[in-house]
Amino acid sequence: MAEAKSRTVSPEARRPLSPHLQIYRPMLTMMMSIMHRITGMALYAGTLLLAAWLIAAATDARAFATVSDLLTSIFGRIILLGFTWSLFHHLMGGLRHFIQDTGRGMEHPQREYLAQATLVGGLVLTILVWVLAYAAR
Amino acid sequence: MVELALPKNSQPTVGKTWPKPQGATNLREFRIYRWNPDDDANPRIDTYYVDMDDCGPMVLDAVLYIKNKIDPTLTFRRSCREGICGSCAMNIDGTNTLACTKDLKDISGAVKIYPLPHMPVVKDLVPDLTRFYAQHASIEPWLQTDTPQPEAEWKQSPEDRYKLDGLYECILCACCSTSCPSYWWNGDRYLGPAALLQAYRWLIDSRDEATGARLDNLEDPFRLYRCHTIMNCAKACPKGLNPAKAIAEIKNMMISRQS
Repeated sequence: MAEAKSRTVSPEARRPLSPHLQIYRPMLTMMMSIMHRITGMALYAGTLLLAAWLIAAATDARAFATVSDLLTSIFGRIILLGFTWSLFHHLMGGLRHFIQDTGRGMEHPQREYLAQATLVGGLVLTILVWVLAYAAR
Repeated sequence: MVELALPKNSQPTVGKTWPKPQGATNLREFRIYRWNPDDDANPRIDTYYVDMDDCGPMVLDAVLYIKNKIDPTLTFRRSCREGICGSCAMNIDGTNTLACTKDLKDISGAVKIYPLPHMPVVKDLVPDLTRFYAQHASIEPWLQTDTPQPEAEWKQSPEDRYKLDGLYECILCACCSTSCPSYWWNGDRYLGPAALLQAYRWLIDSRDEATGARLDNLEDPFRLYRCHTIMNCAKACPKGLNPAKAIAEIKNMMISRQS
């Protein structure tokens, strides 16, 4: 019965799709590309937060205090830390794309250095901003 | 379209563990993707043991050992066994490469072998490359000229000939295109690294006179511009070529012809 049933579908249509993301070895450059997308999407959410903060500031003192309390709570700070990192990681990724758009930095090992610089640069700038922010308080 | 998970009929199951060769002391484990169009089962991962004292150094040697001595139904493509035909391209140890030039010593632990990623499987390690070849044909990979045919050959200076180095060596094994996540998600509209490297090979050929028409054919949000410099292509290429760089050069040609 099973055999009779399978014959109604053409062999081409029954072909499975070979595994891809599940089995491909994670490459640093590929991971940076994925992170560029994820941080890009996170920036939408971060920008909404920023807009909410500005709108609250333009509304009245009570609204500003509410949003400000929310953002300076532990939870709020974790979100802001993520926003800062997303911003800098995405910025560094953008610079990497800018360099590679000229056809440079695409050979081995320069492309690895650029990917590493994206990762490290984003983290360093994030830490720098937070250290400065806490120092200035 | 981005689909991170495999369709239901494509998810591999645990397959059979084949008996170890008798009397062998130097065994190596192989986990190989199997799918048979003649039964209704999902793909499965079979486990084999190869006697390394009786087997050559390359992955292809081991796959041939399995086919000759353990399981004659194991299906794969191979021909030249020296990295020039591109037939034995497969996903080995997580990256696409040629089985014949991949040294087993460069792989640690069990050797995992899959067909080229995100392709329809004909059987076992044999993917359907119909669309891949059609994309290559679409870039019209031959010399196109308007000037009348010369008496002898089309002439080219050594300097212009050097421009083809790093491009003409492509053997169309499909390792690069099937390593590319952009090609996985948009392979129906994005030409992929292999076809675009070939396109660039004809775009910069000093003898070719169809540069404008070739660029017109590529000026498309998907055909060319789905490359996001993920770089898997350049890392996978068993010939050491750089399709990502060729694609960047095409994009630059698009810009410079507008100014």
